[in-house]
Amino acid sequence: MQRAWFAWLRLLRNPLAATGLAIVVALVAVAIFAPWIAPQDPFAQDLAQRLRPPSTAHWFGTDQVGRDLFSRVVHGSRITLFIVALVAVIVAPLGLAIGTIAGYAGGMVDTALMRLTDIFLAFPGLILALAFVAALGPGLVNAVIAIALTQWPGFARLARAETLVIRSSDYIAASRIQGASAARIVLRHVVPMCMPSVIVRTSLSMAGVILTAAGLGFLGLGAQPPSPEWGAMLSSGRRFLIDYWWMPTFPGLAIMSVSLAFNLLGDGLRDALDPRSE
Amino acid sequence: MEPILEVRDLHVRFATPRGEVHAVRGVGFGVGREKVGIVGESGSGKSMTGRAILRITPRGCRTSAARIALGAENLLAASERRMREIRGRRVSMILQDPRFSLNPVMRVGDQVAESYLVHHRASKREARERALDMFSQVRIREPRRVYDLYPHEVSGGMGQRIMIAMMLIPEPAILIADEPTSALDVTVRTQVLAILDDLVTRRGLGLLFISHDLNLVSTFCDRVLVMYAGRIVEECLAADLENARHPYTRGLLESMPRLDAPRERLPVLKRDPAWLE
Repeated sequence: MQRAWFAWLRLLRNPLAATGLAIVVALVAVAIFAPWIAPQDPFAQDLAQRLRPPSTAHWFGTDQVGRDLFSRVVHGSRITLFIVALVAVIVAPLGLAIGTIAGYAGGMVDTALMRLTDIFLAFPGLILALAFVAALGPGLVNAVIAIALTQWPGFARLARAETLVIRSSDYIAASRIQGASAARIVLRHVVPMCMPSVIVRTSLSMAGVILTAAGLGFLGLGAQPPSPEWGAMLSSGRRFLIDYWWMPTFPGLAIMSVSLAFNLLGDGLRDALDPRSE
Repeated sequence: MEPILEVRDLHVRFATPRGEVHAVRGVGFGVGREKVGIVGESGSGKSMTGRAILRITPRGCRTSAARIALGAENLLAASERRMREIRGRRVSMILQDPRFSLNPVMRVGDQVAESYLVHHRASKREARERALDMFSQVRIREPRRVYDLYPHEVSGGMGQRIMIAMMLIPEPAILIADEPTSALDVTVRTQVLAILDDLVTRRGLGLLFISHDLNLVSTFCDRVLVMYAGRIVEECLAADLENARHPYTRGLLESMPRLDAPRERLPVLKRDPAWLE
């Protein structure tokens, strides 16, 4: 507990990491309280109020069918958070399992699992996600599955590299001497040791996940209109950029600040969780 | 004395890119309810002998033997599953440096309890009680406080006591101690050895004590095996070590500085290729 507390203090002492954390916390808060924060229904159209610039009535202006952009961006945070959380929940355990098994078992198992990850790594993430979405059909859940499928190999590589170091350490030998089975050693000793780097990696790759999700939305393969997904909003605002700059700008800023926040938080976590920095 | 552990004609070979390394060449001995010391210089195959018995040799290593038996059971024929039951429960091993042999992110008490849980169907609470009891047996004064510490928060001597507790909690019949005190300083060493001696005698264990310290082995153990280049070159009672006959043992004894017979310059050990034959 003490260690966790010190790591926490180290994280807060780093101004950039604290900023990142603040933005992520704000994202979560906005997502939870979206209906109370948003002044209007994100789907309510008002053709009399279409394409209005930012004002006190509409902080971020309105879009081509008169929907309040601020309300839409606020509700969009729920979708972003949903994607991020779901991808993290799928990818981290999957990559950890494959990586630790490959690293600890070695030999044929290692070769087979690592060649599989190599195949996934051989494609650019967005292209692979596009292919999966094209096969599964567009939609938010399918986008999440596609993104998860492109993200796990990095985690598997990382977990395997950590495992290779851990497996040759004396305390693994000590627990083998006690008669612990391979499963027991992996679960009780290897996985906990891999956790810090997996957490950091999760946070750092979330920026990529948000961008890929927005990219899929932009290309019309992620969340479908009229859903207030930021990428989809960016895509529909793109046509109005020259005359009505606010339409793509605010969802774009939201995407940028949230992915930046996850990157800053990830960097800060890496420094804070590194035991050598004590 | 009837041996609990019997080893005959043990060979350990490593396949390396530069050819085969023959680390252990036909070693044989028995361990009963006694303290047997194995001494030898680095690379003489002491540790590999210990690891080969438990079958925890590194990858790329071939072990063969005429016989490795624990009581009536032939360990050479034991399945991997059976070996897991034997490791810890029947034969256990203390490693050299507690700083590396304890998991840095687990509470030391949980590690000892874990060692009990591997071999016994018991609740976490019972394992905890057992671990605390074991802590007092290795003379840790405040077991409850120490239980919740992490390895980097305990001293070397404390760490090695925890290691002893961890390896003795499943109540093995044979304990292999691979240089258990070489990472400790001299004053702590005596304490740890006293604890080890006490537990081994009280529980009637067989102890295989691997060390490079001739003095230590001759005072601590009952019998001594001297290894050189993967062979046992001399086997004698610890008390008779002074009268060892083999030139290698003589050389080792000669090259130790002595307070009662100071010398200008210690002789350098001379090696004879004929010893390998």
